[in-house]
Amino acid sequence: HGDVSAKFCSRRSADALRPLPPRLQSPDVFATDNRISIWSSGDLGNAGLNGEYHGEPRLLCDIQHNGDVMDMQFLDQERIVVASSTGTVTIFRHHQNNQTLSANHRWEKAHYHVDQDTSCGGAACTGVVCSNPEIVTVGEDGRINLFRADQKDAVRTIDNADSSTLHAVTFLRTTEILTVNSIGQLKIWDLRHQRNEPSQIFSLAGDRVPLHCVDRHPNQQHIVATGGQDGMLSIWDIRQGTMPVSLLNAHEAESKGPSNLALNISRNRTFTTSQGNLF
Amino acid sequence: GPGRARAARAGRWVRRRAGRDAGRMGGAGPGAADEHRPVTVVPGAVPRRQLCFAWGPAEVLVCETLFGRAGTGEGAPSTSRVFVVRRDQDIYIQTLRKLFNESHGIFMGLQRSEEELAGKSRKAQLVQVSKNYRSVIRACMEDMHQAAISTRDPALQGQYSTQVSILSAMELIWNLCEILFVEAAAAGPLLLRLLDWVRLHVCDVDSMVREVLSSENPSKHKLFWNVVDIFVLQGRMDEARHLLSKEASANPTSMNMYKILDDLMKKMPVPSLGNTQTLTELELKWQHWHEECQRYLQDGTFASNPHMESICKILLGDEDAILEKKELMTTWYHFLVTRLLYSHPTVKPMELRFYAQSSMDLFLGGESSPEPLDMILMAAFEFEMHQVIKECSIVLSNWWFVAHLTDLLDHCKLLQSHNLYFGSNMREFLLLEYASGLFSHHSLWQLGVDYFDHCPQYGRVYLELHIERIPLSTEQKALKVLRICEQRQMHEQVRSICKIMAMKALRNNRLGSALSWSIRAKDAAFATLISDRFLKDYCERGCFSDLDLIDNLGPSMLLSDRLTFLGKYREFHRLYGEKRFPEAARLLLTLMTAHIAPCSFWMTLLTDALPLLEQKEVIFSAEQTYELMRCLEDLTSPNPGSAPFQDDDVETTKVEMLRLALARNLARVIVKEGTVEGS
Repeated sequence: HGDVSAKFCSRRSADALRPLPPRLQSPDVFATDNRISIWSSGDLGNAGLNGEYHGEPRLLCDIQHNGDVMDMQFLDQERIVVASSTGTVTIFRHHQNNQTLSANHRWEKAHYHVDQDTSCGGAACTGVVCSNPEIVTVGEDGRINLFRADQKDAVRTIDNADSSTLHAVTFLRTTEILTVNSIGQLKIWDLRHQRNEPSQIFSLAGDRVPLHCVDRHPNQQHIVATGGQDGMLSIWDIRQGTMPVSLLNAHEAESKGPSNLALNISRNRTFTTSQGNLF
Repeated sequence: GPGRARAARAGRWVRRRAGRDAGRMGGAGPGAADEHRPVTVVPGAVPRRQLCFAWGPAEVLVCETLFGRAGTGEGAPSTSRVFVVRRDQDIYIQTLRKLFNESHGIFMGLQRSEEELAGKSRKAQLVQVSKNYRSVIRACMEDMHQAAISTRDPALQGQYSTQVSILSAMELIWNLCEILFVEAAAAGPLLLRLLDWVRLHVCDVDSMVREVLSSENPSKHKLFWNVVDIFVLQGRMDEARHLLSKEASANPTSMNMYKILDDLMKKMPVPSLGNTQTLTELELKWQHWHEECQRYLQDGTFASNPHMESICKILLGDEDAILEKKELMTTWYHFLVTRLLYSHPTVKPMELRFYAQSSMDLFLGGESSPEPLDMILMAAFEFEMHQVIKECSIVLSNWWFVAHLTDLLDHCKLLQSHNLYFGSNMREFLLLEYASGLFSHHSLWQLGVDYFDHCPQYGRVYLELHIERIPLSTEQKALKVLRICEQRQMHEQVRSICKIMAMKALRNNRLGSALSWSIRAKDAAFATLISDRFLKDYCERGCFSDLDLIDNLGPSMLLSDRLTFLGKYREFHRLYGEKRFPEAARLLLTLMTAHIAPCSFWMTLLTDALPLLEQKEVIFSAEQTYELMRCLEDLTSPNPGSAPFQDDDVETTKVEMLRLALARNLARVIVKEGTVEGS
């Protein structure tokens, strides 16, 4: 978020601003926090000579957010679900008529550690996925929560679903979810069953490289892709066996080993990005 | 090593010095600093106690001592609290973050830029870098200004406005340094640059101009002559002439005067940027023109119009006439440039200092004393770069400005490479201080890493010390830090961070995470610790937790013996669950005989053997049974040097049961192996 703002700074050719005479005085300072912002990406129809996109994103509105934003997803046209490093899950509503954001609903301590003294008891919520009206969140506490947008408490919580950190979650079918964790395992959970065990576990052979993100092929439901900490992109066929079908070295392991891969599969193309955050 | 100790000593010296000067913010000068030092009351501390303190990376630890104000002990010890006092820093101002981020980009670009370019192209490149820095400052000023006018909180508005004026001052200083040091403008272009500088930074002419021009009768406006004057003072001849033409058309009687003045202004020789004329040519022309102006003045051409006469005097460089317009110029450096324009347009850089000093004296006239900003600009005019940097360091509240400016000057090869007494040079010292400041911010620390990378002497040591102290609030942050360490082969820090994360996970009962971290660090000792926890949990609860982890250890099982045991032990349970009893039995025995299992666990293993011993079918062979018996005896017989065997009722019963089961099994197996089918 901060990265995007910084880009626009350098475009301005500030020349005319001199509101106050220059003086060196003692300043007072104040703390600040993270923010959720909505940007308008401009008219996507304007393409330049080479088909480049020339629009400039415009900030529409923003709102303060407590803790780092670990993940977020649109629930519907107006609502966004945000996962925080404090373990709180919040639904924000974007009011299009007056371009404001407001916090609609909040689940405090959706993720927490047993020891209340470390990180104020809250564990980071690392991933969120929505399928209106259901919301599934996973966190560093190895917990899976199932929320409904209109209900105050969690519909279902699977405590200790994983002994390590869950990094990401996605829907496989309307009743099944996929999670990946920091010991290199891909697990399928069937939400219809009441038992707190995954229905299937997949893992890579060899070193237990943490898996950071997961996505499912939009058309072929049995094809799943995961991104690993070493930059490896793995494609799995969950119908057959527990091993990946193919492994691709998407990013150089040591030089750009991603700590946060974003994975998006659409049609026949897979997009992965390695984020080197400055903010 | 010695590098680290030196760096730490240097850090302490610098911080003490900074601490002494901490109160000096915008004071009138070095002498007056003590009276302006702000006092911070530590809330909760007993008022009459002396406090002792220790410096940290970004804060001070303070605690109460036994001593009272007079230095003598006064009564009982206090409640032994430690206070953390943090000086609020600019790094937390939201709008300044753009400054830090953008300037980081420019800094990195400069470090990587082509060193092979020489002469003019290199200079042009450096000037461009300087302009980039300045445009970042201006953009930040704009944002801050927007924030100031859009907020409704008066306190915030005050803060923002203050920041704007500070940024404005920084840009003023930087611009001057660019002209004098980076571009090193020579006589001729120097004056033009200084004129631009004054026009851009000093006094707000535009609003006055707008007001006058938009009125019905500009020449009758009360500010009309002010605007004309300021145009002349700033050498903006065309604009001055344009305004004067309005006056002329309104007053036909002064048409003659106007035409002459207009002509003089049009003909005034100015230095040019290109090489169209030499300095000597310019001086000749200028002398000629100067004499012409003189003649017109002495002839009394402008006598009937005091305004125009005053303008003519200004054109002649008459100091008194220029000084009369003090209110318009507002600053001594504006006065300086105007003087130079009209008395010495071909001024050489090294001559500036004399004019600067006399301009300041004349302008301030003993009524007010120079402010810190004035001293800094004066130092620049005197080409005392080190003085400029020193003064800025004292007055500004963070190191951003001096660090980047010094780095740029260093790239221009302008700073002598004399070392400060603790070893590093000025550039490195300032960069280290700036980057260290960044590390106390929860996300700006990432910028600091790059700055340390470009400090050849102490950068690495500083980085090693700082990076271990970043609070690791989420795993994601820890991974970022780790990647940075791994990229720089900082193996010790990698191990340290992984240990911290593993320990945190362990405390939160996230055994899988803990194991994952110790595998990454290849930390066998920790893996052993975690395995012991698993085993302890098993003993207490009778079942394994986190089977998903233990069942899938893979090759990482080999990291530590205890971990291997854990994996194998779980395998034993699996085999048992799948009713593969002979294999299970073999594995169980191997665990003990191959000393994979820790001695403390043997009792549990033997107890696990009981159900196998009591199966209908004989599972353990005679040989195996003897082995088991031997294990049991090893365990129960008191050995010198080994821990005494627990001799309570439960244990005794267990041992008796085992002995009985083993004996019975032995009996059965001897018979079985002795009969024809069994052999």
